[in-house]
Amino acid sequence: MTTFIVNGQKVDVDLDPRESLLDVLHGRLQLFGTKKGCDHGQCGACTVHLDGRRVVSCLTMAVQADEREVRTIEDVAAEDGTLHPLQQAFIDNDAMQCGYCTPGQIMSGLACIAEGHTGGDDEIREHMSGNLCRCGAYVGIVAAIRQAAGQTATRQTGA
Amino acid sequence: MRAFSYTAPSSVAEAVEAIAAAGGGAKFLAGGTTLFDLMKLGVERPPALVDVSRLAELTTIDTSRGDHLVFGGGARMADVAADPVVRRDYPVLSESLWRAASQQLRNMATVAGNLLQRTRCPYFRETAYPCNKREPGSGCAAREGIDRGNAVLGTSEACIATYPGDWPVALLAFDAAVDVVGPRGERTVTLADLHLEPGDTPHREHTLAPDELILRIRVPLTPAGRGSTYLKIRDRESYAFALASAAVGLTLTAGGQVQECRIALGGVATRPWRARSAEQAVIGRPLTDETARAAGEAALAGAHAGAHNTFKIELAKRTVADALRIAGERASR
Repeated sequence: MTTFIVNGQKVDVDLDPRESLLDVLHGRLQLFGTKKGCDHGQCGACTVHLDGRRVVSCLTMAVQADEREVRTIEDVAAEDGTLHPLQQAFIDNDAMQCGYCTPGQIMSGLACIAEGHTGGDDEIREHMSGNLCRCGAYVGIVAAIRQAAGQTATRQTGA
Repeated sequence: MRAFSYTAPSSVAEAVEAIAAAGGGAKFLAGGTTLFDLMKLGVERPPALVDVSRLAELTTIDTSRGDHLVFGGGARMADVAADPVVRRDYPVLSESLWRAASQQLRNMATVAGNLLQRTRCPYFRETAYPCNKREPGSGCAAREGIDRGNAVLGTSEACIATYPGDWPVALLAFDAAVDVVGPRGERTVTLADLHLEPGDTPHREHTLAPDELILRIRVPLTPAGRGSTYLKIRDRESYAFALASAAVGLTLTAGGQVQECRIALGGVATRPWRARSAEQAVIGRPLTDETARAAGEAALAGAHAGAHNTFKIELAKRTVADALRIAGERASR
């Protein structure tokens, strides 16, 4: 039996070691926000946080997440449905078209901001390069992360 | 995917016992970014995995010693790339890591696992094609295929697969070594002796035994570390494998002549490729456009292209020359 903490909830799952974390989240735990794009670590659509760090869940063997904390897109908005500033920034900046890559973009963007890699658009692009958007909404995605990073910085400095 | 047994030992000693007990074909599992990927493709089919990804004793980064930087084999690529001492004293190491993969993958992949990353040759990754590396004796589909990404140095009749890594190229340039442990005890292998050219046996890629685990990577400190860079040229600016790359480090005399010089190439060879003739081409001479170009020419002197990858030869020469200029600027600060 493997035990994860998924979005703050303890979950016990009887795993086949062949299962990816992505397949367990999506197929077993009904967390449909995390998306399967390439399933080979090339597109970033399946990005989640594992013990606070962004990883691709398609190349994470589920058994390797035993006793670790997994955070998915379902945990990002407040319980009352209020969007996280980064989610709102994606809407404000038209940072999506079809939306399939968006959960991965937002999980990656949250980490990018937390890591402090938002010093400029070039730095954001470099550290968001693991998330592909086939609609080509990159300009909006960079703007959304820049906007949310600014808000986070403002809040942290108490201004 | 073929079924396999999975164990997660709680110490290095237990891991070594576990791999011996698991029998032939068992593999160590670290970040899984190569191994699990290739298992999904049916290229890797291990009957047993021994998970070493959570052994805390493997994750130490020690930059406080006066003679070597020491990186535990299980340290994550992202952590070594961001280490402030590494960034200051050895930019080539940090750059080779953060210019590889994506931040997600760098958070997962370990610095030891990265040494043994397998080729991205599309004919190796797709089991419908013959591939001497995947299936010895079956042939090489890349030779008659789209060989744009394939190697121009160190190739053989049997295999032209490019070694895909960046970090090991930087480590080779700076004479790093790995300490490994297995059922027969510990030993040290230099980076120069770690990887193999394909020759007639492209399925043999390195000199470690299947039951040996990389404990740590040691990089000797040298003044050329500060005057160093990893220049990587790709089809897109980020998150792509190298078409050509160069790890370069050097020191200059007060008169501006190259004193120490280290050059290794990635993206163009079947293994991490030290270019000693290129080093000799600039040592004792001032660093100019002419001498930098001469180093590039020397580095690629033995190159052989196929149908679609001739461009890599000129690209790699210029990459060496540009990396020398960047390293030269850093060395003269």
